[in-house]
Amino acid sequence: MDFLTLIQILDSTVRLATPLLLACLAGLYSERAGIFDIGLEGKMLAAAFFSAAIAALTGNVWLGLLAGIVASMVLSGLHGLASITFRGNQLISGVAINFLASGMTVLIAQDWFRQGGRTPSLSGGARFSPITLPFAEAVEDVPVLGPIYSELISGHSILVYLAAASVPLTWWVLYRTRFGLRLRAVGEAPEAVDTAGVSVVGLRFAAVAICGVLCGIAGAYLSTALQAGFVKEMTAGRGFIALAALIFAKWRPWHAMWACLLFGFLQAVALRYQNIDLGGLVIPVQVMDALPYILTVVILAGFVGKAIPPRAGGEPYIKER
Amino acid sequence: MADQAPAIELRGISKAFGPVQANKDISISVMPGTIHGIIGENGAGKSTLMSILYGFYKADAGEIFINGQKTDIPDSQAAIAAGIGMVFQHFKLVQNFTVLENIILGAEDGGLLKPSLAKARKTLLELEKEYELNADPDAVIEDIGVGKQQRVEILKALYRQAEILILDEPTGVLTPAEADQLFRILHRLKDEGKTIILITHKLREIMDATDTVSVMRRGEMTATVKTYETNPENLAELMVGRKVLLQIDKAPAKPGETVLDIENLHVVDQAGVERVKGISLNVRAGEIVGVAGVAGNGQSELMEVLGGMRPGTGSVQLKGQPLPLSGLGSDGQARRQQGIAHVPEDRQREGLIMDFYAWENVAFGYHHNPEYQRNRLLMDNAALRADTERKIEKFDVRPANGWLTAKNFSGGNQQKIVVAREIESEPELLLIGQPTRGVDVGAIEFIHRQIVALRDAGKAVLLVSVELDEILSLSDRIAVMFDGHIMGERLPGETDEKELGLLMAGMNGEAA
Amino acid sequence: MDKMPGWADAVLVPLISLVLAAILSALVILGIGEDPIAAVKLMVSGALGSTYGWGYTLYYATNFMFTGLGFAVAFRAAMFNIGGEGQAMLGGLGVAIVCLVIPWPHWTLALLGAMAAGMLFGALWAAIPAYLQAKHGSHIVITTIMFNLIGAAVLNYMLVNVMRPKGSMDPATRRFDETTNLPTFQDMFSTADAVVFRGAPANVTFFIAILACVLVWLLIWRTRLGYEIRAFGHSETGALYAGISPFKIIMIAMLISGGLSGLMAINNVMGEAERLVLNATEGAGFIGIAVALMGRNHPFGVFVAAILFGFLYQGGAELALWTNIPRELIVVIQALVILFTGALDNMVRMPLERIFLRLRKGAS
Repeated sequence: MDFLTLIQILDSTVRLATPLLLACLAGLYSERAGIFDIGLEGKMLAAAFFSAAIAALTGNVWLGLLAGIVASMVLSGLHGLASITFRGNQLISGVAINFLASGMTVLIAQDWFRQGGRTPSLSGGARFSPITLPFAEAVEDVPVLGPIYSELISGHSILVYLAAASVPLTWWVLYRTRFGLRLRAVGEAPEAVDTAGVSVVGLRFAAVAICGVLCGIAGAYLSTALQAGFVKEMTAGRGFIALAALIFAKWRPWHAMWACLLFGFLQAVALRYQNIDLGGLVIPVQVMDALPYILTVVILAGFVGKAIPPRAGGEPYIKER
Repeated sequence: MADQAPAIELRGISKAFGPVQANKDISISVMPGTIHGIIGENGAGKSTLMSILYGFYKADAGEIFINGQKTDIPDSQAAIAAGIGMVFQHFKLVQNFTVLENIILGAEDGGLLKPSLAKARKTLLELEKEYELNADPDAVIEDIGVGKQQRVEILKALYRQAEILILDEPTGVLTPAEADQLFRILHRLKDEGKTIILITHKLREIMDATDTVSVMRRGEMTATVKTYETNPENLAELMVGRKVLLQIDKAPAKPGETVLDIENLHVVDQAGVERVKGISLNVRAGEIVGVAGVAGNGQSELMEVLGGMRPGTGSVQLKGQPLPLSGLGSDGQARRQQGIAHVPEDRQREGLIMDFYAWENVAFGYHHNPEYQRNRLLMDNAALRADTERKIEKFDVRPANGWLTAKNFSGGNQQKIVVAREIESEPELLLIGQPTRGVDVGAIEFIHRQIVALRDAGKAVLLVSVELDEILSLSDRIAVMFDGHIMGERLPGETDEKELGLLMAGMNGEAA
Repeated sequence: MDKMPGWADAVLVPLISLVLAAILSALVILGIGEDPIAAVKLMVSGALGSTYGWGYTLYYATNFMFTGLGFAVAFRAAMFNIGGEGQAMLGGLGVAIVCLVIPWPHWTLALLGAMAAGMLFGALWAAIPAYLQAKHGSHIVITTIMFNLIGAAVLNYMLVNVMRPKGSMDPATRRFDETTNLPTFQDMFSTADAVVFRGAPANVTFFIAILACVLVWLLIWRTRLGYEIRAFGHSETGALYAGISPFKIIMIAMLISGGLSGLMAINNVMGEAERLVLNATEGAGFIGIAVALMGRNHPFGVFVAAILFGFLYQGGAELALWTNIPRELIVVIQALVILFTGALDNMVRMPLERIFLRLRKGAS
C-alpha cells in the first residue's frame, strides 16, 4: 500500500466516521441521562430523508438540514413521551421508532417523488459541498504533510468539521458545566437530582432533544453530503454501529471519537477492498463488515475492561421513599 | 415564646395512594429551635407526611405554613427555597460523584462548575468547623461509609441554608456510637436555632433526643405531647392502639442435639468487601438463637449464605452433613431437601413473587415437591391450590383468597403466606430474618407464637432481627454481630439492652 | 389492591392500543392521498377473500408464530431477545445444510432433520449472548442486536463464498431435492373437483407452529421449568432464594427462544423457497417482537397476533399490487402496534385505571 492510498483510505475513514460520530454523541447525551436509545438508526434515517427531500424541493441544503433536525427531534420527542412521560419500555420504544422511520420514509418518498422510495438526486446548493481550507492548494506538493493537510484535513463538508468540534464541546459540557453535572447525575441517580430540586423530566427531555439534534445532523450528512440524495434504508445499520461505538467508548466523548474513527476505518477498508490478502490468509469482506459488532461483543463480554453503563440507564424514574 | 410563629405548621393534610389512605387529616405544629419527633409503626404514614412537606408528593388536601406564612410546596425546589432540608432513609446521593459534587448538585451558582466548586469547598470547610461535620470534599461517595454518607446528606441541606431539617429513620444503618454522634450534631444544630424533625420507630431515640413528639397510627396523628410529660409505655400504647404484649409466654427451652454448626464462616460480597469475618455459631434442636446487631453488620449476608443465596467459605453442617456454600441457585433446592426452611429478610424481593397468585407463591421454592406434581412433566396445580386453601385457613391469611396476587395482601398477610409455606414444610431448621418488619401488631403476635411453637416441637430456629425487643423476647440464646464478627453470646435472662447495645457497637462487656 | 380488574389489563388495554394504532395508520393512508376504507376492503379481500389469500396469510402467520413465541419465552425470563432475526437467519442456514447435504428418502424424515437443524442453529446463535449475559452480565439487548448483524455477515459469506452453485451470480443455494419438499395446503386440501390454495406457500409447518403454541403454553404455565422461568423473570433475587439458578434459566430460556426462531426456517426456507436466499427472513424476527408484545407474551395471544400480522402482510402486498400504497405501510403499522402496545401502554393504562378507580369508589 503506498502513501497516497493510505491517505485516501484515511480520508474515506473521516467521511464515514462522521455520521457515526454524530450519532454516537447523540446516544451519549441520551444514555448519560439514563435514557437508552436503540432508535438512533431510525432517527438518522428520518433525518436523511427529510433533509434530502426538503433540499430537493427548495434547492437549499440548509433548509434541508433544518428539516432533518426537526424530523429527528419529532422522533426523539416520541421516545421521550414513551420512556419519560409514560415510563414505558425504552427498548421497545426504540424498536418502534426504527420501524416507524423505516416505513414512513419510503411511504412519504413514494408519495412525494414517485421514484420508488428515493429522492431526486441533489446537486449544487441542495448539497453540502467540500470546503477547501486556506493554503490547501499551496501546500499540496509539500511531501507527507502536504497531502495530509490538503487531502485528509481539508476538503470536507462543514458537517465533518462540526462533528469534530462537537467532541471537545461535548466533553466540556459534560464535565465543566452545571448542565453536564446534572445530566450525568440524572443518569446515575435520578432520585438525587429530584430531591435536589431539579426536574428529572426536564433534564431527560433536554438530553433526548440534544440527541435528536445530533442524529438529525448525522442523517442530513448521509443524504446531503456523503451521498447526493436519499435511498431506502440508507443508514444501513450505522445507528447500531454508533451504539456499538458508544459502548466501546464506555460513554466518554473522546473515546467515542476514537471508536468511531476505528469503525469508520473498517468501513473504508471494506469499501475499498473486497477481500484482504494478508500473505496467504485471505480475510473476506464480510469479516470487515462484522468486525465492529464483534469488537463490541468482545468489549461487552468484559474481556477488555468492563463497560459499565450509567446506573439508572433504561429504568423509568418513579418517585419512592 | 407564645407569640412566636411555629416553624412548621401542617393543617389537615390528606394523601391517598390509589385506594390506600396514607395520611388522613393530619395537623401538627413545630416551634423553631426544637427537636420534634414523629413516631409510629412501619406504614403508619410518617414518611409520606414528610415527603409531602418536602414537595416529593403532592397532598390531596391540607395546608402548609412555614414561619407563619402559608406556603405552597409543589416540588423539592420549593421546599428548599422555604428552608427545608431532608435526609431520606435511603440516601439520595450520586454514588460515583465526589462529596463536593453531590453537595453542589442542584445548588450551583452558575452555568460553569469551577466557581461553584470553589465556593462550595470554602463553605464546606466553614460548616465542618461549625458543626464538627468533617468530610473529605474530594472523596467519592461509593468509597465512604454510610455514617459519612449521612453527614454528606446533612451538609447538603446546610449548604442550601436549611433552617428546618427532616431526618427519616436516620439511625437504621448506624451503630449506637455513630447514632450518638448524630444526636450530638442535631443538638448543636438545634442550639444554632434550627428546627429538626426526627422520624423514627424507636422509642428510645424519641425519649433521648426530642422536645416534643407526635404519634402516628394508620395514617392518622393520634397525639402530640411534650416528651418529658410522657413515657415509653404510654407512647407504645399510642402507637399501636392498645397495650402491647412485649413479653411472650414461653416455656424454658429444652435444647437437644446440635442441628446447625457453623465453623469459621467467611463471606465476601460482590464488591469484594468481606462481610462475615470468620463466624462460629451453633443452633440446637428445640432452641431459638437470636442474632442481634445494627443493620449492615453481616447478619443479612450470614442468612443469605445459610439459605444458599450467596457464596461463602468455611464449614456449615446440618446434623453433621456439610452444606454446599457455592451460592449458586441450585443450593437453595438442596437446602430445602435437607430440611432447612428460610423466611428471608425481604419478603417482597425474595420470599414472594409479587405478581404471582398466592397459590403459586405457596409452591415458591417447593415447586419440585412430589405432592405438587401430576406426573414427571407437569405440575399439579389443583393439588397446589387445595394445599393453599389449607394453609390460608390455618394461618388466618386475609383475604382468604388464593387467586389474589401477592401484592394485593397487606405486609402482615404476605408474611403469613411466607411463614405458612416455610413452617409447614416441617423443617429441621428454620432461618428467619426480620420476621415482623412491616407487619401489623396482630400478625406479629401470631408469627411469634408460630416460631415458639416450632421450637417447642423440637426444631432449631436461627432468628436475625434488628429489633432488640424482638430478640430479647423470642431468643433462648443471643449472639451479637458487629462488623462481621460475633462479639459475644448471652442468655436473655442474664443480659439487658444496655449490655447488648455495647456489644452491637463493637465494645466488649468487660472493656466497657 | 389492584387498580383495575385483570381482564381489563389483559384484553382492554391491548385492544385500545390496537385501535389507536389503527386510527393512526388510517391517518397515514389519508396523508398519502389514499382512502383508508377502500384500503381495508382491498386488504380483507386480498388476504381473506380466497383460499389463495388465506394461503399467504397463514404462511406469514406461521413465520410470526415461531418468532413471536421465541421472543415471548425469553421475555418471560426477563430477557429482551431482539435477536430473533439473526436466530431465524442461522436457523435457515442449518435447514439448508441439512436439506442439501443429506439425501433424504422422504419429506417427513427431512422435516424432522430440518427441525432439529433449524432449532440447533437458532439456539446456538442465541447461546453466546445468553452465556455472556448469564456469566458476565453483558446486556443481552446489545449483544443480540450485534448478533443479528454478525449473523447477516455470516449468511452473506456462506452464500457468496461457499454455498452458491458454480457459475451462479445469485447469492443463494441451489434448489433442495424434491424429496425434501413439504406438502403445501394445495397438496393437502385440494380434492379431485376443486383445487384450493393454488400456488400459495402455506404448508404443513403451519400445524407445527400451532403445536409449538400449545407446547410453549404447557411449558410456561404447567411445568416446573416454566414456573422457574416466570419466577426468575419477575425477580432474580427471588429466584435465587427459591433455589432457581439464574444461569440455568437464562441459558435455557434463551436456547428455547433461539430454537423457536430458528425453527421458522422450516416454513420460509424449506416450505416456501425450497432454497436459501440472502434475505430469507424478511424481517420476521422483528415482527415477532410486535406479535409477542401484542399477544401479551402469551402463546394464545401470540397465535392470534400472528394471524393478524399475517393478514396485514398479505393485505399489504395486495395493496402494493393494486394501489400506490407501498408495502412499507405494513412496517409503519407494525411500528405503531409496537409503539402503542409495548412502549406507550401506560398512556392507555393510566387513564383506564383512573376510570376503574372512580367506578369502584362510586360503587362502594
